Amino acid sequence: MSDELAAVLGKRWRRPPLIRRRWLRWALGVGFLVYFIAAVSSVEVNWSRVYEGLDRGAAFILAFATPDFASRATDIWEGMLESLVMTVAASVVGIAISIPIGLGAARNIAPLPVYLVCRFIVAISRALQEIIVAILLVAIFGFGPLAGFLTLSFATIGFLSKLLAEDIEAMDRSQAEAIKASGARWLQWINYGVQPQVMPRLIGLSMYRVDINFRESAILGLVGAGGIGATLNTAFDRYEYDTAAAILIIIIVIVMALEYLSGIIRARVQ
Amino acid sequence: MPVNSLSDGRKAWQRRNRVQTFSQWAMWLIGTAVFVYCWQHISDATTWFFVWDAPKIADDILTRAMPPRWSYIDQLWDPIWDTLNIATLGTMIALALAVPVAFLAARNTTPSALLIRPIALLIIVATRSINSLIWALLLIAIIGPGVFAGIIAIAIRSIGFCAKLLYEAIEEIDATQVEAITATGASRWQVMAYGIVPQILPSFAGTAVFRWDINIRESTVLGLVGAGGIGLQLSSSLNTLAWPQVSLILLIILVAVIVSEWVSAKVRGAII
Repeated sequence: MSDELAAVLGKRWRRPPLIRRRWLRWALGVGFLVYFIAAVSSVEVNWSRVYEGLDRGAAFILAFATPDFASRATDIWEGMLESLVMTVAASVVGIAISIPIGLGAARNIAPLPVYLVCRFIVAISRALQEIIVAILLVAIFGFGPLAGFLTLSFATIGFLSKLLAEDIEAMDRSQAEAIKASGARWLQWINYGVQPQVMPRLIGLSMYRVDINFRESAILGLVGAGGIGATLNTAFDRYEYDTAAAILIIIIVIVMALEYLSGIIRARVQ
Repeated sequence: MPVNSLSDGRKAWQRRNRVQTFSQWAMWLIGTAVFVYCWQHISDATTWFFVWDAPKIADDILTRAMPPRWSYIDQLWDPIWDTLNIATLGTMIALALAVPVAFLAARNTTPSALLIRPIALLIIVATRSINSLIWALLLIAIIGPGVFAGIIAIAIRSIGFCAKLLYEAIEEIDATQVEAITATGASRWQVMAYGIVPQILPSFAGTAVFRWDINIRESTVLGLVGAGGIGLQLSSSLNTLAWPQVSLILLIILVAVIVSEWVSAKVRGAII
């Protein structure tokens, strides 16, 4: 301690760096700079095109002040309804499937073979993005909300099972043990020993996933998997910015409402 | 404690009392009704003939897609480099913009809780709730297709996410450290630099890497709407039904996702 103090005394204090090892700090800095220059120089920007586009950008921002809900009202309504329907159905099915998979992916309650299978399902589902799954499912099942519904259900499984499994692995063992000691069957053990401990978080995560599913359902239409995305894409293609602005405003409002709702529900269950 | 009287007069514990039981039952009923309605809607919009045909189609696509056309990778190096750039540069722009927004949105650093904080929160919600593909669609209409549109789309989408995590970190800082710096007579900016920034730096680095990981995923598909990167090749291969190329691209995307997740997990592990 005194050596350390002697070394420091008489010197000006300097802020400790985020990365302690000097060579690593320099290597990261230089490497990053080299990459940055290479990256920026490889990006081609057509500035005259960007400059031309600024008018359209301004028109789009202005369109937010005068959104047009009326002229495509039926398209917007049908698209939104389809998005919401897909969200609800996919969330219900996805949550229902992810509970058994989540139980299976928790190492402390599942035997090893079940654990490995469930973790594999989770890994597959998490590695594939929604939009790519949607492309494949549209190719297989044809256009329409069924492909979107299956995509969102599949994505929900990866997200929810993983987090549920982590929550189960972190639970208090003694409570579950107490239920087991009273002679409970396996199902009773899960129902009375495990479920009450993870339920608040499961409900919170499910609400969060509903929120994500709605946001994702807005883009699935781009590849033909149903929902508001197709209408939005058409509005952009026709440069109908006021309609596009109206759709975006509706999406933002619904997302905000869902977040508010999930906040209330989470506050109630915790 | 809710109890139930058995027929022989003994009492037995039950989980819920009568009101709770009924409200539970009503909620299940409403929930089931909503789900059935939703399923009906989806089912009506589906051509079931195609669905019954699905296993055959899936099998057909799989046999066409296997094996991947490995030689096609020569044409993929440039798009892979573009994809990496879209994610990295987009994340950097997003962080540069997210830091001021986060400071304006955090309760303890905002200059005005009444006027500026709601605006900052609105920016966070608006950028977060719209997917990067939609931003890309919009930016392509404005500044034309290409990598630049992808970078900006990723940047805008990430502002909300980064700013939200950052402002939560700022609100959770240890106030006594800030107070100690203030007590030495430091100016507002010095308090910021020596009292607040060192406390949020680890969470800032963690957020940056986390978002970079997500952005790698998102930038692989931005090309589907024309915003550059490997998605462009994916979309043209899909349009020409070149399934062996599609399977190769999907394989590359899968590897990219796994590598970026591994890198981000390592870096975050080193920071925290």
